[in-house]
Amino acid sequence: MTIPESWFLILAAVIFGIGMFGLLTRRSALIMFMCIELMLNAVNLTFVTFSRSLHDIGGQASVFFILVVAAAEVTVGLAIVVAIFRRRQSTAVDELSELRG
Amino acid sequence: MIAMTTTWPDLIVFIAAAAMAVIGALGIITYRNPVHSALSLILTLLGVAIAFLEQEAHFLAAVQVIVYCGAIVVLFLFVIMFLGVDNQEDVTIEPLVAQRPMAYASVVVTMVGILAMLSRGGWSTGAQVATGASPSGAENVQAVGSAVFTTYLFAFEATAALLIIAVVGAVLLARRDRTGESISEGADA
Repeated sequence: MTIPESWFLILAAVIFGIGMFGLLTRRSALIMFMCIELMLNAVNLTFVTFSRSLHDIGGQASVFFILVVAAAEVTVGLAIVVAIFRRRQSTAVDELSELRG
Repeated sequence: MIAMTTTWPDLIVFIAAAAMAVIGALGIITYRNPVHSALSLILTLLGVAIAFLEQEAHFLAAVQVIVYCGAIVVLFLFVIMFLGVDNQEDVTIEPLVAQRPMAYASVVVTMVGILAMLSRGGWSTGAQVATGASPSGAENVQAVGSAVFTTYLFAFEATAALLIIAVVGAVLLARRDRTGESISEGADA
């Protein structure tokens, strides 16, 4: 038999937690994007796991769309990072404080 | 008890995939050089791809390797080296007061919440699903394709528009203003 679903779900939860911790603590916008990719991958793993356990191919179709949206998000996000770097010479999010009241 | 319901090759593959994914994830948040973080991201993505393979999602495993490892991580590396931001970030400085303890607390609360929610769903009973119901191999690709092109056709068409909009937006955002240079610099999507 195969690996139980619960193991994959626990693995996905661990990856999600690590990504969330990195997103909350790191200050480089690039690293924060990578942590967002990490969290998206954890969710994808959960989708695939439930797709297997519920015998529904819709979970895998959802992962397909998540991949497309993640690719678009990374493209636009990195373009924003490039634009900010041209202006500020830094990717640290702490230095983006023009809107501070 | 584990070995009674799980064959050893499956177990070894799962442990390897989980180790790759977790070690890579820890590498992303601990390495100070963004290039090393991006390489750790590849390790995590490959581990998740193996986990996909083990659950017979063959199409998604291939797409994971091609799109994530092949395109997205390369885009990350391109931007890192294009900007020249491979300088060391000092991860010991804590500019916000109590940011890290708050992050620990948030992660613990979230993970306890996720695990509690999942455990109430009855997934931890160890009950095995009936095999053969989820298509594998070429049938998996066929099943995903027919689902995408019939049930989710409208969403599929919307993703096409989304990709075009994202590419145009990336070009517009990343191009240099008022210098008259070529606009092709940010068009790396």
